[in-house]
Parts: sequence; structure tokens; C-alpha cells
Amino acid sequence: MITSIRGGNLLSLNNVSKEAILEVLDTAESFVEVNKRTIKKVPALKGRVVASLFFEESTRTRLSFETAAKRLSADVLSLAVASSSVKKGESLRDTISTIDALGIDAVVMRHQSSGAALQVSRYVPHVHVLNAGDGQHQHPTQGLLDTFTVRQVLAEQRGTTGLESGAELFQGLRVLIVGDIRHSRVARSDIAAYAALGAEVRIAGPGTLLPSSLEGWPVTVVDDFDEALAWADVVGLLRLQKERGTGSFVPGLGEFTQSFGLTLERQKLLKPSALIMHPGPMNRGVEIDSRVADSSQAIIERQVTNGVPVRMAALYLTIAGTSEGSDND
Amino acid sequence: MSSTNERQTPNGGLTFFAKSQLLSADDVARGLKRMAHEIVERNESLDDVVIIGLQTGGKPFAERIVELLRDISKSEVPMGMLDVSFYRDDLSLHPVAKSAQTIIDVDLTGKTVILVDDVLYTGRTIRASFNALSDYGRPKAIQLCVMVDRGHRELPIRPDFVGKNLPTSEVEAIVANLEGVWIGEKK
Repeated sequence: MITSIRGGNLLSLNNVSKEAILEVLDTAESFVEVNKRTIKKVPALKGRVVASLFFEESTRTRLSFETAAKRLSADVLSLAVASSSVKKGESLRDTISTIDALGIDAVVMRHQSSGAALQVSRYVPHVHVLNAGDGQHQHPTQGLLDTFTVRQVLAEQRGTTGLESGAELFQGLRVLIVGDIRHSRVARSDIAAYAALGAEVRIAGPGTLLPSSLEGWPVTVVDDFDEALAWADVVGLLRLQKERGTGSFVPGLGEFTQSFGLTLERQKLLKPSALIMHPGPMNRGVEIDSRVADSSQAIIERQVTNGVPVRMAALYLTIAGTSEGSDND
Repeated sequence: MSSTNERQTPNGGLTFFAKSQLLSADDVARGLKRMAHEIVERNESLDDVVIIGLQTGGKPFAERIVELLRDISKSEVPMGMLDVSFYRDDLSLHPVAKSAQTIIDVDLTGKTVILVDDVLYTGRTIRASFNALSDYGRPKAIQLCVMVDRGHRELPIRPDFVGKNLPTSEVEAIVANLEGVWIGEKK
């Protein structure tokens, strides 16, 4: 069990303790203030170099990570894979070695293969590796920013702050995750984060889009989707990943929407206080109705906003952190 | 070891065994009152003064100073809190301190900022706070108010208002809060 990510890597949220997750969320609270200032920059990682390697396309995660690194004053080396030697057939190991030879402190990596981030952390053990999504495995910062956002919104509703609340707000919180769980790294990281913090997680989706085995997953599968919607405090939707061949797992997109899309009619089943989330990019009209996505229950934009402070916390703790005691002056 | 004598520096820092109490709560209260009067004396008007407490040890002292200034001059001085964790030059030596929140709602340009902290030691926290403050505007002046000055400066920094000068040895640790000041050994 990982009890703190200080000085380490962030590869997965499986086997990460509640304390370690709270440490990231609490640190992120401090960075929210930095992001609201006129001068949105602190010198915490001055002179450190963060390489951003996205072997798979991404808008928000890449921009969010690079913005986070820059706001900590780190230098960012950004590899555009499409115009790099990867296209000439260079292996992952050689690409990493080449970048490492330039002198880097951390790698933020997205890759289409599950386990790629772990593999890289073995190639370059002296470099901090932050997984920005590996295949169908994990997307840890998404799990962190989703729980951060839920805590922030619930704390505000109760007139307190996330920092004061700790993990208390997650005790018994009912979380429903809907859609293509099978192919979703977001679902895997979200489930691990919510469960570690004490929430109750249920999943819903067509049988073909659920994992083949749920052994070791801290979740239950719901039988009746409509009933589960009335039960939930938080509804986390997932993107139907057409690029991963999801299309062949369902008879048709219309069929999926009819059974598991969050339509206007289904939104009425939700508690008025329930929160609707989506990691983006959304397929409007497929897993979520456009009007639902723009309704006041949806906190999708806040998820994007919070990506920066949460990723600042992840970079800061892994790169600048050591695990010994503190001193006073 | 008596657990009542086990004290912790703010912000989850080091724990140490308090050998003796150097100042009582009354001594601290008197020191604060004197410093508040000195602040009024030094600054012609409090209109442009902003009190900034350094997280987390300086916070209770800053709050008290604001109350005292209200009693003395009948004016409400704005207050902010500053956490300098992300501005430290010793991140590689120290672990990341558990950070506390920065709350500064006023533009500091043209203001006289009075930094308030519990203990002044190497001066590195204060140096970091200068960098941090410059991100919130360009103050007209910065003054420094500390409850305890324990010596051992590593930078050319001098306090303007001091509650008590307490020469210490570097192996000792000091804890100061509104209930008193203690000295002990680092664990």
C-alpha cells in the first residue's frame, strides 16, 4: 500500500491509501488560490524539467499537465509524437533514454498500452513518472481531480471547505459510474479513489461493456439503472470510446442511449442535489443529452478547471517531496 | 517523558520535549500589546497598513495584533494569511511542508505590509515571503513583527518589532503561541 506519493511516482490509484489521496487533495486546495491570482505562478519547481510525452491524442490532460508544470515554474519539454522519431519506429525504451539524456526530473506520459507508465518507471528509476493515462488501465490524476471536485462542491454546499472536511464527506457517499466501464481507465481510477475515501460505488452499463471479471473491484453492478439514478449522490458518466472499438460492443449508439444515456427524462429521476460528472470529451447525445450536460447539476467544467491545481499537487509532491520529518525556522 | 511536555511546532513540524517555559501567556500578551503600540507609533497612519500572518505559526499572533490595533486606534486594519511553502529555497533539503492556505484579498501595491510570525530564526521563511508578496503587488514598505527572535540568521534580515529576544543554541527548538513560549531539544 502506498501511503504517500512524495518523492515517488504516480502510476495508479490501486493500492494507494486514503492518506496519500487526501495529501494530494489538500495540497491541491493550496494551488486553487495560486490559479486565481493575477500572477499564477510559484517558484516551487524552478529549474526542474518535466517531459510531456503523449503517445495518444489529448487536449485537456496535456494542456492541464503542461499548465500545471509551468505554474510551478518547471521547464516543460513537450514531445509531439506525430512528428517525432517514434514515427520512424523508435522503441519506447529508446525514446525515453533519449529524453532522459537531456536531463529531466519527471515524465508525464500517456500511452495506448496498459502498463506503459510502469514500464517507463523501470527504464528510468531516477525520474518521477506520472501516468496521464495508459491503455485501459489507469488515469490517476482524473480520479484525483474527480474526487477533489466532488469534495469541493459538497463542502461549499455545507458552507465549509474541502480542507476542513478531509475525507468526511465521502463517508457513505453514493457514487454511480455509468457506461463503458470495460475500456475505461477513468472508471478504474475513479473507483479506486472513491473506494479508498470511503464512498460506496456502483456501476451500470450494458453487459458487453462491463469488465469480464469484477474480482477485487470494490463495486456492485446495478440491475435497474433507473433505480440506481434515484439512489446516487454522484453520477459519473464515461465516454463511449469509439476509437477503442466500443461500437462493436453495442448494437448501436441509439440503443446505448436508450438504455444507459443520461437523457432529460432520466435526469428527472435524480435527487435534486445529485451531481453529474463527465471526464470529457463528451459525445453529446450519446452518453449524455446536451441539455443535461449544460444543466446546473453538471459540474463538468469544474472538473476541467480543477485539473490544473490537482496536477500541480501531483507534480509538486512527486518531484519536490521527500518523506522525512520537517524542521522549523 | 511526560506527554504534557511534548510539544509540536506548527504545521505538523518537529515534535520536541519542552525543557522549560520561557514566557507565560501573560508575557506573550504584554509583548503583543507593546508591539501593537510600536506599530501605531512607527506608522503615521494605519490607513495603508495590511497585516499578513505567516502560516501557520504567525496566524494567531496576526489575528491578535489586528484586534489590538482596533482597540488602540479604532481602525480596522485588513489582514491576510501567507503560506510560503512553494517559495522556499530549501525544498530539496526539507520535505514539502503540509501547505496551508494563502488568503490575500487586497492589492498590496502602495501598502505598508507588516509580516507577523511566531519565531524568527534563519530568516529563510521571511526571504521566501518577500518573493511571495511580490506576486500580490508592490508594497510601499514591508515591516517585520515577530514574537520571538532566537538569532542564528543566515540572511541580512532584521525585525522591526520583537516580542522577546531569546538567544538560543542551534540544537534547541522553540515553540511560541498565545499560551506561552517553550524551549526544548530537537528530537
